[in-house]
Amino acid sequence: MIRKLVVGLAACLALSACGQNNAKKAGEAAAPAAGAQISGAGATFPAPLYAKWAELQKAETGLALNYQAIGSGGGIKQIKAKTVAFGASDKPLKPEELEADGLTQFPTVVGGVVPIVNLPDLQPGQLKLTGPVLADIFLGAIKKWNDPAIAALNPGVTLPNLPITVVHRSDGSGTTFLFTSYLTAVAPRWASVGASDAVKWPAGQGGKGNDGVSGYVKQTPGAIGYVEYAFAKQNGLPHASLQNAAGQFVAPTAESFAAAAAGADWTKAPGFYLLLINQPGAAAWPITGATFILMHKQQADAATGKSVLSFFDRAYSTGDAAASELAYVPLPAALKAQVRASWSTVVGPDGKPVFVPAAQ
Amino acid sequence: MTAAADVSRAAAVAPPRSAFGAAFDKAFEILCFSAATFLLTALGGIVVSLAIGGWPAFQAFGFGFFTSAEWDPVQEVYGSAGAVAGTLISAALALLFALPLSFGIAIFLVELCPPMLRRPIGTAVELLAGIPSIVYGMWGLFVFAPWFAKHIQMPIMMSAEPGTLWEKITTGVPNGAGVLSASIILAIMILPFIAATMRELLLTIPAQVRESAYGLGSTTFEVVRKVSIPYIRTGAIGAVMLGLGRALGETMAVTFIIGNAHGFPTSIFASGSTIASTIANEFAEATGVLHTSSLIALGLVLFIITFVVLALARLLIGRQANL
Repeated sequence: MIRKLVVGLAACLALSACGQNNAKKAGEAAAPAAGAQISGAGATFPAPLYAKWAELQKAETGLALNYQAIGSGGGIKQIKAKTVAFGASDKPLKPEELEADGLTQFPTVVGGVVPIVNLPDLQPGQLKLTGPVLADIFLGAIKKWNDPAIAALNPGVTLPNLPITVVHRSDGSGTTFLFTSYLTAVAPRWASVGASDAVKWPAGQGGKGNDGVSGYVKQTPGAIGYVEYAFAKQNGLPHASLQNAAGQFVAPTAESFAAAAAGADWTKAPGFYLLLINQPGAAAWPITGATFILMHKQQADAATGKSVLSFFDRAYSTGDAAASELAYVPLPAALKAQVRASWSTVVGPDGKPVFVPAAQ
Repeated sequence: MTAAADVSRAAAVAPPRSAFGAAFDKAFEILCFSAATFLLTALGGIVVSLAIGGWPAFQAFGFGFFTSAEWDPVQEVYGSAGAVAGTLISAALALLFALPLSFGIAIFLVELCPPMLRRPIGTAVELLAGIPSIVYGMWGLFVFAPWFAKHIQMPIMMSAEPGTLWEKITTGVPNGAGVLSASIILAIMILPFIAATMRELLLTIPAQVRESAYGLGSTTFEVVRKVSIPYIRTGAIGAVMLGLGRALGETMAVTFIIGNAHGFPTSIFASGSTIASTIANEFAEATGVLHTSSLIALGLVLFIITFVVLALARLLIGRQANL
């Protein structure tokens, strides 16, 4: 009797497994018809936006997106292993890395990193910093807020005799990558630490996630940390102004991020490998970066590739309002056109492009 | 001898087994055996896969992986010593804080508590065990750390004379996050496990034993010290090790409040990191082969530490049992 039961159970399991396989195959073949599903995984930073876009498109076209916010590193691993239709990363892959794995990448929206401070007597944005001074603070070389280097940038502001507490991200993060890339670009002294999604911090404390960092900063008078722009905006965290490449002190706003994205020359960036750091333009915010989608150029299943590209095509056309609402910065129109043109390299098994965007 | 005789007599009296019964018994035996071996296989599989995953790190850094506290994802240099130190220090401190408290709770519940209070306090202890660790983490970060900073850390730091050794060992970021706060949160987390087990153990003491001690004129303290504690000693060590095991592996709550600095903690308020917090922080975004494999190797180190702790516990219990 037990044997029968066991055999019966095994048969049930096998059947249900087959059923799932069949359903999956059918779904892939039918894409992008109604009820089709595409899977993606990666960066957590754009996840709320991708979810919003997915919700809008599900209602319009029936195309469902299953996006797992597992982190940029995870997204890169998953797309290389071909377990998802697209990967998402805050950290663009270098052109040679893309080539090695037969991948293509394109940006979706722009975001950036904002230094936040806890100086109770100062207005948000009142504190002005330059890249090299910011680097010295995070190196632990500048230890007090009334240091002459900071005072020189802030004439007329009474800076407290308060020790500086540096707060950084403890988890590996695209935010850290962008921030340390900026410090590397503007301050030669930062070269000893380098740029990556996790680094060996010479000073300070690590908070987990944007909320961990902002939690520490809020609770520590004299603290300085960095968070991603959308998070800073939604939580009203007091930021510091930064000097950009044009020598202007700017505040982090949707306009200053858009200025950085518009000022960048994407045509000279193969594989859209471009960090929008220290871009020219009087209004440009210096720590800006796009978030990226990764796809295989050679699609095993043309229909899946088509679904993914049509999803982002539609998102470019109709999703800007949703992006702005969530404090992301939409791409400039010229860049969108370039990205759409780049999609011709994504081909199906027959060698033809899987998706041809309609003329805009 | 007599036992064997009993069994044979019982067999002679019992009716013969049916064929179905015999077959069922065999199947039952196989099922139980496979359940036990499945566990062993899974355990072995985990160890082997951790060792394989961590091999590139062991190969690249050799024994230095265990002795170096360097952790630099940019230069790809990794060592586990800082995280191991953080793990051992925070777990040991947590145990130090939790042990007397849980003893107190258990003894109060069993020996002293008015029956009216027994149930609410018992339930509270069990509820404490049911709180998810992320909640402890958030509570620790947003409620406990600021309180700790204001009422404990800042007064101590400000009372320290500049230039003294005391000043040196009390420096830190004045926001309440660090190894000490993490240990206190850990202590609250392991407290219910130890307290609940202790209570159960105390309840196993036969009433006559305690009543006799009281009858001889012992005070409550004397009964606890001379009768109750010696009686449950073996089990109590097991309960403590259970708590220690949980403290060693606790991840989320610790990650939120330990300050996440690699390297050795240099003062009582310093930030640190544990093995579990390092893995939780960096695994999702680790792309380099060495980075990933160093994190897996850290996992293996934690496994070994936990194993050694449990083995020591067994050894102690075994020795106690033989006394």
